[in-house]
Amino acid sequence: MNIISNNHMKATIALAALEAVIDPEIGLNVVDLGLIYQIDFSEEDKEIFVSMTLTTQFCPMGESITDGVKQCLETTFGDMQVKVNLVFDPPWNYERISDSGKAFLNRP
Amino acid sequence: MITGIHTIHKPTSSKVVLPFYAYAALSLLVSTLLLCNSPEAFTGHHFNPRTLAITHAMALGWGTMMILGASHQLVPVLTESPLYSHKLAVVSFYLAAIGIPLIVYGFFAFELGWPALAGGILVNASIAVYVFNLVSGINGSKKENIHAIFMLTAALWLFATTIIGLLLVINFTSPILPKDSLHYLSLHAHLGIVGWFLLLVIGVASRLLPMFLISKYSNNRLLWIIFGAINIALISFVFVHLNNFSNVYFFIPGIALALSLASFAYYCRMAFIHRIRKAVDEPMKISLLSVLMMLLPVLFLLCLPFLLVTGEAPNRIIMAYGVSIFFGWLTAIIFGMTFKTVPFIVWNKFYHSRSGMGKTPNPKDLFSVPVFNGMGIFYLFGFVGFITGILFINTILIRISAISLLLAAVLYNWNVFHLLFHNPNRGKPAI
Repeated sequence: MNIISNNHMKATIALAALEAVIDPEIGLNVVDLGLIYQIDFSEEDKEIFVSMTLTTQFCPMGESITDGVKQCLETTFGDMQVKVNLVFDPPWNYERISDSGKAFLNRP
Repeated sequence: MITGIHTIHKPTSSKVVLPFYAYAALSLLVSTLLLCNSPEAFTGHHFNPRTLAITHAMALGWGTMMILGASHQLVPVLTESPLYSHKLAVVSFYLAAIGIPLIVYGFFAFELGWPALAGGILVNASIAVYVFNLVSGINGSKKENIHAIFMLTAALWLFATTIIGLLLVINFTSPILPKDSLHYLSLHAHLGIVGWFLLLVIGVASRLLPMFLISKYSNNRLLWIIFGAINIALISFVFVHLNNFSNVYFFIPGIALALSLASFAYYCRMAFIHRIRKAVDEPMKISLLSVLMMLLPVLFLLCLPFLLVTGEAPNRIIMAYGVSIFFGWLTAIIFGMTFKTVPFIVWNKFYHSRSGMGKTPNPKDLFSVPVFNGMGIFYLFGFVGFITGILFINTILIRISAISLLLAAVLYNWNVFHLLFHNPNRGKPAI
């Protein structure tokens, strides 16, 4: 799971917080699912830019998941605005799921 | 490198789609009540007031209203463009909601004058509004999408079906067609079953099944083959039927249809094999079972041309064929998909604003799994018994099975209305 960021310390805090955002259909959080591609912080403009994807472009819960990411980070970094960019290039694939996520999905 | 930014299209408002689901659930209840009331109708000729009433309650009230609700909900995610008009969707609902009981009453009481005629006009108006809304939305879509093409083509076949249906109703009282209405009945029925239900269910399920299974499998080429085979089957069927060709030519649409179903079954199998999530929940199990249940009407259908060639088409085979479609495949896929879609609509309505802010229930916790399992048991017992009762002309078995199907419908309604009246402060269902 490779996540790009211009501030790795804050990104670590953000990722820990984002483990609370669950894909309601799969029951797995967006970090372990590998939906988060990039988190950049702009200290000057007090903004966080998140580039993320969905398991499928047609996900009916997409809006709920991206709003969840936005709300979660705005709560965690109270003084910053969050902008979520949804991207499908590169597309999400199985390899992006963390080991614990794979273990969760492999449960019979 | 990360490129391209996409916008999320909001799903259609729950206020628009949920009435379709509620209406469909009640229609199933009414249909199974009519079934309990008329078991003997299933041992005679298929063209009788009771079977016509039950068939239309199932095809329009149950199947079509449910699929109209689901397709209004799924248009934004399948076409990547918003539904053209929410108001038109509501208009479409009310026109059909008034029209369908009139048609069912018209057939049940065999009053094919104004009740059936008014009902037919209202249902046609509803479908015309639906098609307009769908075409206008898809026109705004930026790129070609096989699932949207399935949906649009299915809607056009539905409109053809309801237009022919209206002509048949008029033809009962004032002959306007070259032959009597019975002659065109199979044309009307198959445009609806194959053109509307099959095409739409395959178009939507080919997207939803891999999505819910989190499958790595995708094969648009195979979907185009399925799309082509179904349309070849329909066009050749219409051609053979209208030109009064020998019954032997019905093998052409039969083979094209069998090819499309086998290809779809293969598609589902591959999606299942390549799934990432190993656990399969109960609604998905019954949805996957419905794919296998498609083979039963095909079996009856493949028997029919042989029987027609030899001059025999036992009515019980025709009756079992129809029942295996409406109470078998169609009902099973709707049972499964209802509980994969409605909980998410309800979840989005109540918990969307709380996403990422703390613990929320899972959508699957919003309905009762034990009630769902009970429904599945009554349904499978009822369905198998009903088909067996028809094939062996056993009225007692038909009656017992009809009661079992009624109980399945009651439990289905219990879960659906429990979802529709979900109270976020109450949480998980008591059962």
